[in-house]
Amino acid sequence: MIVQSLAFYLFAAILVASAVMVIAARNPVHSVLFLILAFFNAAGLFVLIGAEFVAMILVIVYVGAVAVLFLFVVMMLDINFRELRSGALQYLPVGITVGLVLLVELALVLGTWVIVPDLAAVSGAPTPAPDQINNTHALGLLIYTHYAYLFQAAGLILLIAMIGAIVLTLRSREGVRRQNISAQVSRRRDQVVAIRKVPTRGGV
Amino acid sequence: MVELWSGYAWPTIIIVLQIVAIIIPLLVGVAYLTYAERKVLAAMQLRQGPNMVGPFGLFQPLADGLKLFGKETVIPAGANRVVFVFAPMLTFLLSLIAWAVIPFSSTMVLANINVGVLYLFAISSLGVYGIIMAGWASNSKYAFLGGLRSAAQMVSYEVSIGFVIITVLLCVGSLNLSDVVLAQRTVWFAIPLFPMFVVFFISALAETNRAPFDLPEGESELVGGYNVEYSAMTFALFFLGEYANMILMSAMTSILFLGGWLPPFDIAPLNWIPGPIWFALKIALVLFMFLWVRATVPRYRYDQLMRLGWKVFLPFSLFWVILTAGVLVTFGWLP
Repeated sequence: MIVQSLAFYLFAAILVASAVMVIAARNPVHSVLFLILAFFNAAGLFVLIGAEFVAMILVIVYVGAVAVLFLFVVMMLDINFRELRSGALQYLPVGITVGLVLLVELALVLGTWVIVPDLAAVSGAPTPAPDQINNTHALGLLIYTHYAYLFQAAGLILLIAMIGAIVLTLRSREGVRRQNISAQVSRRRDQVVAIRKVPTRGGV
Repeated sequence: MVELWSGYAWPTIIIVLQIVAIIIPLLVGVAYLTYAERKVLAAMQLRQGPNMVGPFGLFQPLADGLKLFGKETVIPAGANRVVFVFAPMLTFLLSLIAWAVIPFSSTMVLANINVGVLYLFAISSLGVYGIIMAGWASNSKYAFLGGLRSAAQMVSYEVSIGFVIITVLLCVGSLNLSDVVLAQRTVWFAIPLFPMFVVFFISALAETNRAPFDLPEGESELVGGYNVEYSAMTFALFFLGEYANMILMSAMTSILFLGGWLPPFDIAPLNWIPGPIWFALKIALVLFMFLWVRATVPRYRYDQLMRLGWKVFLPFSLFWVILTAGVLVTFGWLP
């Protein structure tokens, strides 16, 4: 048990420290790298509670895809972040308000958990014990049977967001020469090459 | 005290020994993969290849390693030192830790975890960080361009690799790598899922930045790509990581499609040969294909690379996922 606790405190400490560094680092690229470290340690915590599927998906989706694009954009930005930071004080009230709201919400969630410990069992679908079924299977059962409609709705919302992003950024410019692969491949020799007998001193 | 010894210390020693037993052959394999690459390329171009150091040039990789070891590590003045030094270490580290879940036979596996396939996928998708960090930290435009290209390329081809893996998993019904191999006892997945095998192999080439998709290090336009500014051991670590990744992707191909440690047919002379040897032979076969492609195919143009990833492989692999699922459900073959 002691090894698990040690691992928990190690992951948790690095997670909190790197989360602090995300907002404290001067260099935005360093911030993103600390964010990745934070994701990693969160995945480690998930593994410790036996949710290995969620841990792997966290690494694949957030670290493997989202953070790469994030890093991609931040690396190419040419903004003086110190200048940007100088105005940070005027947003402090808003930041503190958001933080307080989050804190109260977290307290409410934890409070209901303490007051009504079996609330989750009443309102949510029953979760099988982890020793009977592995958690990929359990998640599949929950998402694709109990919550199939919500899952589909989430998918539709994502699809709409994706189409919206494409519509917003797509612009058709004049005079762009695109490669038409099928036209290129379906060309025949007689359409593009002509063999002529050139008489000497006559030219074509 | 006895409990601490038998409960923690002894298992730790065992695991460390197992890790060493995996890593040493792997590094020897990496060294001789560079030798094999030079010999195979030479043979395909009617040359001799390395033949001066030792018999048949067999000590060439060791000589190369020693040479790189003796060189000076140069850190450019404008470079971000910490990230610059960390990037090759990360590449090398990621190429090694993925081997923790690879099953070498039905009993020889370091960590037989439930989500082995996902672990492999996660680790291989992290490989891009080493390259992108190296490109950025070098503070050089060629390295940066190489890093950007590599990031775009790896993210694109990961999507189709994901769909190929889903197709295989549909036929297996488990994320455990040993189960994936055992599901191929009747027929290797390379036969019923042949188109997916081809897609996976080509995506593996792109994922490891190998020819014809080696744009991140395209010598002709980027000098050397993301590793221009690296020298000595930092360069060697990139090199080792890249080749270890090639071996890893070949191992993944043989586990997903060529039946891992299983013999081709479960009959007398074939099943006398132990599983790890079959596995090594299959890895060697896929690696040979890697080298063969490098000797044969010219480099892709960048927009064609992106087109192949997003407009050809992605729709095609998505179609095959749905087709496979449909066939499995219709005939009641779902595992």
